[in-house]
Amino acid sequence: MEFLLVQTLNGFSFGALLFLLASGLSLIYGVMKIVNIAHGSYYMLGAYVGLSVILRTHSFVLGTLAGGLAIGVIGLLMERIFLKKFSLQALPQMMITLGFALVFRDLALLIWGGDPFTLPCPEILRGSTRIYGVVFPIYRLFVIGVAAAVAISLWIFNDKTLVGAKLRAAVDDHEMAGGVGLSVPLISGCMFGLGAGLAAFGGVMGGPIFGVYPGLDFELLSLAFVVVIVGGRGSLKGSAVGSILVGLVDNFGKALVPELSYFTLFAPMAIIVAIKPTGLFGRE
Amino acid sequence: MKKGLLSVIVMAVVGSVLIINPSVSCAQAKGPIKIGFISPLSGGMAANGKDMLAGFELYLEEIGYQAAGRKIELIVEDDEAVPATGLTKTRKLVEKDGVHVMSGGLMASTGYALAPYIDSKEIPMTYPIMAPDDLTQRQVPKWIVRTGWNSSQPNHPLGEYAYQTLKLRKVVIIGLDYAFGWECAGGFQKTFEEAGGKIVQKIWTPLTTTDFSPYLAQISKEADGVYAMFTGRTTLQFNKQFQEFGLKGKLVLVGGGTLTDEHALPSMGDEAIGAITALHYSEALDNPANKKFVKAFRAKAKKSASYYSEGTYTGARWIVEAIKAINGDVENKPKFMEALRKVEIKDVPRGDFKLDSYGNPIQDVYIRKVERVNGELQNTVIQTYPKVSQFWKYKPEEFLKQPVYSREYPPLKP
Repeated sequence: MEFLLVQTLNGFSFGALLFLLASGLSLIYGVMKIVNIAHGSYYMLGAYVGLSVILRTHSFVLGTLAGGLAIGVIGLLMERIFLKKFSLQALPQMMITLGFALVFRDLALLIWGGDPFTLPCPEILRGSTRIYGVVFPIYRLFVIGVAAAVAISLWIFNDKTLVGAKLRAAVDDHEMAGGVGLSVPLISGCMFGLGAGLAAFGGVMGGPIFGVYPGLDFELLSLAFVVVIVGGRGSLKGSAVGSILVGLVDNFGKALVPELSYFTLFAPMAIIVAIKPTGLFGRE
Repeated sequence: MKKGLLSVIVMAVVGSVLIINPSVSCAQAKGPIKIGFISPLSGGMAANGKDMLAGFELYLEEIGYQAAGRKIELIVEDDEAVPATGLTKTRKLVEKDGVHVMSGGLMASTGYALAPYIDSKEIPMTYPIMAPDDLTQRQVPKWIVRTGWNSSQPNHPLGEYAYQTLKLRKVVIIGLDYAFGWECAGGFQKTFEEAGGKIVQKIWTPLTTTDFSPYLAQISKEADGVYAMFTGRTTLQFNKQFQEFGLKGKLVLVGGGTLTDEHALPSMGDEAIGAITALHYSEALDNPANKKFVKAFRAKAKKSASYYSEGTYTGARWIVEAIKAINGDVENKPKFMEALRKVEIKDVPRGDFKLDSYGNPIQDVYIRKVERVNGELQNTVIQTYPKVSQFWKYKPEEFLKQPVYSREYPPLKP
């Protein structure tokens, strides 16, 4: 019973971080069809920026905001200046993002060095709590809460606001959207920036658990793509379900069959792609 | 006629200059002594790799990058802690840069991967850090000298210590799933079980693991202690999560030395306090050579001196002593290799050591406990096992009959 509880909670907390990371990628990949190899880099840079800000201001909140905003801006600029030139050309865009990923990695090495860091956890969230006889870190519960809040806000934004409607219009049919007067380039740029900012925010949130170090970018990139493929690209619901599914399968897999640790993450992906190639909630 | 005479005179002058000053022109023609160095400078093991480089450079700086009248040129490559990359970069250093001697390397897996290549190219190489057991046991290469240690060496005494002093009886092993993890844990298991203890469970985690909670949740309830083997960023995350999931108060934590080594210790918090580990070095060692080394290293690198930095600092000194012994004649590879095997040095920061007949150091092993002293975390030495060899108390021929420690060996008792 304890085992089940710990693994489930843990699966959810991992899923929460995956959601923050992958929801942005789902938007970018699903909507703009850009295979963003630099997405993991956004997560990593967000964590690094958050680390620097937190160390100077001792405020976790400021750290997350700074990380999210800074990388969001970088994402926006990346899209507006470099990627728009190759609109809908998958290969050139992928190469550009790959190039950026490598540049970001070396830049991070230059600025923050090669040592691994753990982000300081906010005081009130430190320590562990007992839930039905199981010891679980408070911070991980917090992450689950935050991710849920972000998911709900994104959903409200997407479905219930005018701006969200404009976004969806640009996604569904960008020619018509342009035809009715929406500024599709601006919307695309903002979406990219939002995706990047979300990933970076996830980076700071995940910092106290996973830390930040060179190599984090590519380690997480594959996880993000698994979630997007499983959940279906372009779908927020898909990202949410996909993240939880991947989080749970990964945790239980590692706990029950550790010899197959390397395999547990990619097995659900393989199965789902075989049955439903567009993912659980994908279209086309 | 005059032109011919002129050229004869010129040739005679040049010829006599060459004959009169052979050493000067020979040394100028030879060029600098090139040392090739690989270590991970990026990725999860970057902290370890950079410590290694800083330690190596510190020694070369102290001697002004000169030995036996020749300049020393250090060529560095990043092996990213991946054996295949290590091999590629070594090839580049040996075949393109023409280095006279290779050194460095971090991962035990890289250690095994490079050995056949080094032997086939007949280039002298030293391993100041890489610790795969078998390279000085059952698969001894001709062209490699180990000046560091081997994985199971400090863990043999730790197994005894855990049973006799810490009074542990049932221990769970958890560690990184590769040669280094298996060999360190294997050494511990052998002596712990021979003393009367029992290993109840072995959990191996992939090198890419960031979240240890699924593994921590599996730890058997009947254990009274955990032996952990992690390094680089994984030891930061493991120690933290060990505490977060409530295991720290319940189980005694012992481990291989890298679990609390100084490359990562300063980045840890109170979660590390009380961990007991075994290694052939600690920054807190109280001898004159170490105090001097620590002071110089901290001034250069602005961080604590870890066993990685001491290993390469002493390793660089080892190479330079060999160079001096043969008067800089590094082009004569067999002679250089012989000299590398015969080096003897004193006043070493970790304590003096000699190589055994298989080419591995016989050195003091320290049992350390993490404590906070003057606001800083340190590995306080609580016991010393003097002059420990790679074979512990066993006869080499007897020890070599058992297979090398691996994922399955020693096996779990029913």
